[in-house]
Amino acid sequence: MASLKQLATQKEKFMGGHRACAGCAATIAARMVLMAAEQPVVVGAATGCLEVVSTIYPYSAWNVPYVHNAFENVAATMSGVEAAYRALKKKGMIKKDLRFIAFGGDGGTYDIGLQSLSGMIERRHRVLYVCYNNEAYMNTGIQRSSATPRGAHTTTSPAGTEIPGKIQLRKNLTEIVIAHEPAYAAQTTIGYWNDLVTKVRKALEADGPSFINIYSPCRLGWAYVPEKTIKVSKLAVETCIWPLYEYENGKYRITVKPKEKKPITEFLNLQGRFGHLFKWHDDVPIKEYQAEVDMIWERLLKRSAE
Amino acid sequence: MKKEKEGWKELPIGLVLEGGSSKRFETGDWRSEKPIWDEKKCTNCFICWIYCPDSAIIVKDGKVQGIDYRYCKGCGICAEECPPKVQAIKMVREEK
Repeated sequence: MASLKQLATQKEKFMGGHRACAGCAATIAARMVLMAAEQPVVVGAATGCLEVVSTIYPYSAWNVPYVHNAFENVAATMSGVEAAYRALKKKGMIKKDLRFIAFGGDGGTYDIGLQSLSGMIERRHRVLYVCYNNEAYMNTGIQRSSATPRGAHTTTSPAGTEIPGKIQLRKNLTEIVIAHEPAYAAQTTIGYWNDLVTKVRKALEADGPSFINIYSPCRLGWAYVPEKTIKVSKLAVETCIWPLYEYENGKYRITVKPKEKKPITEFLNLQGRFGHLFKWHDDVPIKEYQAEVDMIWERLLKRSAE
Repeated sequence: MKKEKEGWKELPIGLVLEGGSSKRFETGDWRSEKPIWDEKKCTNCFICWIYCPDSAIIVKDGKVQGIDYRYCKGCGICAEECPPKVQAIKMVREEK
């Protein structure tokens, strides 16, 4: 188990002075991932909030080697970097033991970069892919993505008199990744720093492709006050909207089991993006979202008991 | 005869920036509320340090030293997450 005192002894790898909103979870996630890495790392980031706020020319918040690239191909870029490293290591031109991390938002991972992520895992590149999931395209001004949950208001799924926010359910990317049989896959969130740090270390130890899906509340797109970022992230776990689990060697393990499973309304009513659901003429959207959450949680309980 | 094109080994290296240079861009003037840290109350649990999005909690020799107002955007996560029994960080209105 990592201790904060121990983590704080190293030099800062993700500097302040980046242009993220006050209370941004994506930058907390990036900082925690870099802090958790015990080996020297090379990082790449897909276009998205994190990439934009951290690399505004001529500044860079990354205090580690960093590769800039487009929206759809961070997994492909990091595959190439990892392959080059292996070739140079074989020739004896690199002696150091390095690790590779790709960052992408849910837009760059669930939607636009899905095929390059799939390719990276299938070719078994030893790269850790980190998806910081804020459930919409926040960088361009809050448009729906396939990670956006049922009922959430975005500018392309606007809540009004016709529809109560997004009408479809969200995609379960972690399960799609698990279907590739990666060396390690997990879901975590920033509110549980110890869970996150432990999972990053496990993923970097795993000899093969690994994937971590980090739930990252967005104070702007989810419409809550910035200081609640950690509280919102913890509530997602307590309501089982975002179960914390890992997958390794064909086995599922739930890493944080909530003492009592709270109803999802406790999570929803903190956020402006779900505000309209409580005034909607029926409770169908909330019920459908709750049913999805229950179904995934029950299935996870069964799978982890196997 | 055209001159033969340069191979990939001859191409110049692309734009390379200095790592961590964002520290020269100070975001402290975004703040509308300011965290005030009380050394006497602080138990050095480092919860504020791990949750700070702007790497603005100064830590040295295993102890919290204060808040780096050059980068702090005043989000208030540190004050909110400081354990309820400790409450070493308070938010006040920024006056300039």
